[in-house]
Amino acid sequence: MLLIPCPWCGPRDEIEFHCGGQSHLARPEPWHAVDDATWGDYLFTRDNPKGLHLERWSHAAGCRRWFNVARDTVSHHILATYRMGEPVPEALQRELAAAAPRGAS
Amino acid sequence: MTRYNAWSLLKQGFAGQRGWTAAWRSPEPKSRYDVVIVGGGGHGLATAYYLAKNHGVRNVALLEKGWLGGGNTGRNTTIVRSNYYYPQSAALYDFSLRLYEGLARELNYNIMLSQRGVVNVLHSRHDMEGAARWVGAMNANGIDAELLTPRQVQERVPLLDVSPRARYPVWGGFEQRRGGTARHDAVAWGYARAASALGVDIIQGCELQGFRREGNGRVTAVETSRGTIAADAFGMAVAGHSTVVAAMGGFRLPVSSYALQAFVTEPLKPVLDTVMLSFGTGMYISQSDKGGLVIGGGLDHYLSYAQRGNMPVIRHVLGAVADQLPALGRVRLARQWAGIVDVVHDSSPILGETPVPGLFINCGWGTGGFKAIPVGGWMLAHHIATGRPHDIAAPFALSRFLSGALIDEAAASGIPH
Repeated sequence: MLLIPCPWCGPRDEIEFHCGGQSHLARPEPWHAVDDATWGDYLFTRDNPKGLHLERWSHAAGCRRWFNVARDTVSHHILATYRMGEPVPEALQRELAAAAPRGAS
Repeated sequence: MTRYNAWSLLKQGFAGQRGWTAAWRSPEPKSRYDVVIVGGGGHGLATAYYLAKNHGVRNVALLEKGWLGGGNTGRNTTIVRSNYYYPQSAALYDFSLRLYEGLARELNYNIMLSQRGVVNVLHSRHDMEGAARWVGAMNANGIDAELLTPRQVQERVPLLDVSPRARYPVWGGFEQRRGGTARHDAVAWGYARAASALGVDIIQGCELQGFRREGNGRVTAVETSRGTIAADAFGMAVAGHSTVVAAMGGFRLPVSSYALQAFVTEPLKPVLDTVMLSFGTGMYISQSDKGGLVIGGGLDHYLSYAQRGNMPVIRHVLGAVADQLPALGRVRLARQWAGIVDVVHDSSPILGETPVPGLFINCGWGTGGFKAIPVGGWMLAHHIATGRPHDIAAPFALSRFLSGALIDEAAASGIPH
């Protein structure tokens, strides 16, 4: 059972939350210059690391706000949560850079 | 290879059972093979077997980082069926079920196939309409399926609460009679034994660490924990670790890894002689030959490489058992576990070429890989040996995520994941 620290409500039980997948995805722009490969990649391909993952969660049965969670996909340990629009915390950026290659696109 | 039959059993009985030989050889890896397959689960083993059997490619190594069938092949709920919706899927999964029907004889290994039927239980008018459409599609695809009345459902699953007061009232059901169960370990071991007898080197405890590639990008060798192994072609069948292996090759896949849980109870006397699946809760249940009730449900809905599973899903699935099959409410669990499944957006597999020349893939079976072991191996072997996809596998190429020609089985593959 995960205890997830919602940035608005504090630590709450995982059953109150819904995971919405990878964070910090940017829609490729401008639309008229996006080729099929880039668009297919944007629609279907996601990071799937064995280790640190940045993902969006919604406090569906609480404040109903979305926020970001940095979580290890092996231990399920939550390293940080931060609000939408905030940058990835610096310590995590270093860890991500040091992690195994996440694959070129 | 000692053939398994009544005579050899009798002979060994008189010899004190001391004359049995190992079911497969465990040689040291050579430095070079024609083909190297990464992943010693059912799909990898079947690929190695069909390379040797169908195509005469016998200089093959199969690499497994742990032990044979120790991943999802040993963690599934052993169900086989071909009740899919689209023609492409029907062709694929029924090819697999037909191979299963002859597999024990083909491999000279008892895989304990039991075609006890798969009964889907429907709980609303919408379920009924969806099922009528689904059964119609299956029949049009030439696959057996029939709608059941509530009374027929009750006869097939006497444990089920069909009373009007049930939380999930039973409106009807549908059944594929050719569906059922098979012994998962036996499928892995049977393929391993038969492949080894044809010359395949099965190398356990050998972990992939990277690919060696030449200037044009083609893979020429794999780096492993037991040294470098060269080959002309490589196949990967690593399920939940597909993106990890892909990252070693420098490409990405539209695959997400989730934990899928399963449960088995203490052994009971026979209480259930079919496989039952509820559309309302996604819970499904069958009884093993040993008497344990084998139970499954939906995914844990966040990425995971932990073979454990979370408590809310346990509560949901077992709550459904207690509610829908009230007589089982106090049965004790013997074990609970999870496998890491490779989920794709359209819930259909990825078969064929990768962006890396010389590397072929079999992945994306998601929550339903066990039933597809024979066809997954057959198709990957065909592509590696002939350089072209089999007609049945062609629609399942990785390129469909670029062309948009998805085969969206998400709503028709059994339970809504």
